[in-house]
Amino acid sequence: MSIDKETARRAAHLARIAVPEEELENLAQELSGILGFMEQLLEVDVEGVEPLTSVSPMSLPRRADVVSDGDQIEKILKNAPDSREGFFAVPKVME
Amino acid sequence: MIDLFKLTIAAARDKLRNKEITAAELTESCIGAVKASDALNAYCVKTPELAREQANKADSMLAKGNSPDMCGIPLGIKDLFCTKNVNSQAASKILTDFKPEYESTVTARLWEQGAVMLGKLNMDEFAMGSSNETSIYGAAVNPWRRNGSDKKLTAGGSSGGSASAVAADLCLAATGTDTGGSIRQPAAFTGIVGVKPTYGRVSRWGIIAFASSLDQAGPMTKTVRDSAIFLNAISGHDNKDSTSAPFTVPNFETAITGDIKGKKIGIPKEYRLDGMPDEIEKLWKDGTDMLRDAGAEIVDVSLPHTKYALPAYYVLAPAEASSNLARYDGVRYGHRATLKSGEGIDDMYARTRAEGFGDEVKRRVMVGAYVLSAGFYDAYYRRAQRVRTLIKKDFDDVYSTGVDAILTPATPSAAFGLGEMKNEDPIKMYLNDVFTVTVNLAGLPGVSVPVGLSAEGLPLGLQLIGRPWEEGEMLNIASVLESCANFKTKADKWW
Repeated sequence: MSIDKETARRAAHLARIAVPEEELENLAQELSGILGFMEQLLEVDVEGVEPLTSVSPMSLPRRADVVSDGDQIEKILKNAPDSREGFFAVPKVME
Repeated sequence: MIDLFKLTIAAARDKLRNKEITAAELTESCIGAVKASDALNAYCVKTPELAREQANKADSMLAKGNSPDMCGIPLGIKDLFCTKNVNSQAASKILTDFKPEYESTVTARLWEQGAVMLGKLNMDEFAMGSSNETSIYGAAVNPWRRNGSDKKLTAGGSSGGSASAVAADLCLAATGTDTGGSIRQPAAFTGIVGVKPTYGRVSRWGIIAFASSLDQAGPMTKTVRDSAIFLNAISGHDNKDSTSAPFTVPNFETAITGDIKGKKIGIPKEYRLDGMPDEIEKLWKDGTDMLRDAGAEIVDVSLPHTKYALPAYYVLAPAEASSNLARYDGVRYGHRATLKSGEGIDDMYARTRAEGFGDEVKRRVMVGAYVLSAGFYDAYYRRAQRVRTLIKKDFDDVYSTGVDAILTPATPSAAFGLGEMKNEDPIKMYLNDVFTVTVNLAGLPGVSVPVGLSAEGLPLGLQLIGRPWEEGEMLNIASVLESCANFKTKADKWW
């Protein structure tokens, strides 16, 4: 399947990656190439085959829903580009 | 005094226990080698002070007779592992100056046992690449060069720094991670041993995630025995990783007996690719003969869905990556774009990620977001998961006939030149993983063993694929390959 410029724009938006207008055409071509490669999968008969979501032989373990850790505000914020009063700080979200 | 940095783990362990050397001496020798290695660009962060501190701790452990196998062993750690208070950036700009407040389970286990960290090792950004060229630090360089040439070659990827460092004796061994071949391909390119354990054998906690259903950490070492020792040190259940297996870990080192009489080795016909170089074909045949001569039974096997492994992988891995890498948004750590007036939080996300991710990472995150999006999820993602079931079943079928391990080439070629793939289609780079990626999809253990040299004088490796949880037997067979091939050559030192 060939990807057009609009679809490339949508993929970039879904990924939250800013792509300049003049690079979209090129991106569309690259994505088309990669998706074309994936299209070999259409040759495989997967009728009745369950999708594999885990290779491990056991089911995921459960644990009690209790607090086991916490009180580490300083450590959690230490690598933040911007933090104030014990919170991560971001640009204004609501007008 | 011998050059201590050239020792294997096994030899150093014995010398340390016999008090022939101290951890401090061994570490100092390695720090010297690392210091003189900048031309290889294997280390992106050097931690000599921490190494000296850890070596002293190891010496006091040894003095008390408390000497786990890895006690006093100087290691390099791939930049994908979070190491407390030491830069851990996955070779990405988006994690600039990220210093974790915690230690990955793998490295925590190593330090508890007295191992020593020399520094962090270069890699492809977020482990996405096969040549180490997507790193923010620039490519790691292979210590090997073609006969009569001084062209710089790739050390492979994504664990290229690890491979270069081990091959050039800049540490006794290194950690790597393998999502589609990122331990085994660089190991093959540099003439060392690299092990990708069974999925679930080694905890993924604290390792920066790429594709969680495929990622597995493992050792990169100078010998098969060293891999066995190293793997024992990092294996085992961890409550912090829900996919880590609650199984008892056998002793992998004592599994190496050198006796493979009656073992059944499968040769999969689908791995004989059109246009495969003659020297790879010959290497594979030589390896087969070595195992047969050592008493193994060689059988032809079929893994019919092999051809679809790469396209399935390049749907599944980017899909998982797009989810895992959603966390890099400029809020909690790493790079944040400087906003212009009038820009809001959506601009912050999109520009932070545009500035922070390199081209290959962007490409994969976008592909991943696309194949997971409404309308394409079934056509791509779900179909790839179903193909993955068939690929795993291929292996299950072969192993159910009593096959103990499968022998294949590790890579379709020897190491290529840095920059040589620059203008190629990205798919061409992906083809590097053609022999390794099936193992990740099926969750199996695999090991790359150096077996010979190419016509140009570069190392070539073979891969053994083991039965799930049978790393011990796999390493035993690998040790036979290792001793028959007697691959002792090292790269001539030029750096």
